[in-house]
Amino acid sequence: MATIIKSYEPTFWDKLYIPALVKGLMVTIKHFFRRKVTVQYPDEHHIPPEGYRGLHRLNKFPEGRIKCVACEMCSAACPADCIHIIPGPSPWDEGKERYPVRFDIDLLRCIFCGFCEMACPEEAIELTEIYDFSDYTREGLIIDKDGLLEVYELTKDKNYYSRKNDNKESES
Amino acid sequence: MDLLGFIIICVKVLLVFAATMLTVLIMIYAERRVSAFMQGRLGPNRVGPQGILQPIADGIKFLMKEDIIPAGVDKPIFILAPAVLLIPALMTFAVIPFGSDITLFGRQIPLQVADVNVGILYVLALTSIGVYGIVLAGWSSNSKYSLLGGLRSAAQLISYELAMGLAVVSIILLSGSLKLNDIVADQQGYLFSWNVFKQPVAFIIFLIAVYAETNRLPFDLSEAEQELVGGYHTEYSSIKFSMFFMAEYANMITAAALTVTLFFGGWDVPLINETSLGIWGTLLSVSSFILKMGFFLFLFIWVRWTFPRFRYDQLMKLGWKVMLPIALLNIFITAGYLTITALI
Repeated sequence: MATIIKSYEPTFWDKLYIPALVKGLMVTIKHFFRRKVTVQYPDEHHIPPEGYRGLHRLNKFPEGRIKCVACEMCSAACPADCIHIIPGPSPWDEGKERYPVRFDIDLLRCIFCGFCEMACPEEAIELTEIYDFSDYTREGLIIDKDGLLEVYELTKDKNYYSRKNDNKESES
Repeated sequence: MDLLGFIIICVKVLLVFAATMLTVLIMIYAERRVSAFMQGRLGPNRVGPQGILQPIADGIKFLMKEDIIPAGVDKPIFILAPAVLLIPALMTFAVIPFGSDITLFGRQIPLQVADVNVGILYVLALTSIGVYGIVLAGWSSNSKYSLLGGLRSAAQLISYELAMGLAVVSIILLSGSLKLNDIVADQQGYLFSWNVFKQPVAFIIFLIAVYAETNRLPFDLSEAEQELVGGYHTEYSSIKFSMFFMAEYANMITAAALTVTLFFGGWDVPLINETSLGIWGTLLSVSSFILKMGFFLFLFIWVRWTFPRFRYDQLMKLGWKVMLPIALLNIFITAGYLTITALI
């Protein structure tokens, strides 16, 4: 059975339009006093949510040994084919025998899917919350093993951006 | 006229001109900041404290830009048009009283550049001349967008100036004078002696018409950027464009000042007799005028970021079929009331 939908007949009050106009003005003035959403980037940093997939890092054990065993699971899992590993014998006595001599990630090819951290059996490679990395050359955006370990030092406390924001505040 | 009188007039002219230009700068800044705030953004806040030097930076940028005159334009008219728009916009403020009389050097000085006895007619005439600037700019640019912008502006003017004039007529009926000073004097005393309480319908019609007159949203059809690129100023650049820009804001300032003068008692503060307080009364009246004007300037921006633009036929319909009859009816009722009270 078809239902008849009655169209809305505007009343005299509606046809005046003035109350509706005032209502509209009230909406905008409410927003005028509301908190602003702008993050003033170089001064302030947006803090990404938990689980954000940014720049990669290579994890270390507390005594300084690299967790990575150069199994190349990550480079196999990588859909963008951006991880290049050259394995070699580990220089440390304890732990596993293999370790990466070279570990390069081409950040321009990487799609930040996170498959590498899922594939890793040693929880050695991880994606961090860092989103602002840039360079003037393509070569500059190929990050090597030392670079990845440096990222670990920067992000091991999980507060990279909030620390940056605090530093800015204490400066000013 | 004696020398002192001449100097006083010159100082007043300079003061009003400087104040208007300063308000234009403040308005350009305020427009960007307020619009940003209403959209949850911060707006320009880098040049100077809180970005207040932004309009100056913009002005310098305008001056440095290349002044392009396109090949097909009607050159003399193309160059003349911005001046035709800007000069009347700046001249209109001359008749608006912005404070109670001040006594300096043993003589009474009215805070008004020229006390023209047909003040309202002068204002209406000059605002009409300003539209010629838009029409000439549209025609001389030799571009379809500019021409459409100019045409729309002309049509808009005809339909809204009428309603605006009729709204003003009801005020003139109440005060019995075309002199802006008399209209202000007529509204002094209590808060409810302001014309906005005596003539609320005329006020609403006047306010809507003023938005159409100054080409502001929701009636900015002559420069509707989504459909007409830039409207009448599409082909303009550099200092000529900035003249259009300044004229738009100068027109807004005049419109706000006129609204205050006609409907909100001008420089009047309710329940206070400013003329008896000497210099403090003058300061009080000037600041009250600035405050009221500031509110209406804010309203201009506020309305711009609240309401969508009217379609062209809606604009015409509103002007001719709604506002004109209501304004006429309002005059009829006002005149009738005045006649009856005069008879009794």
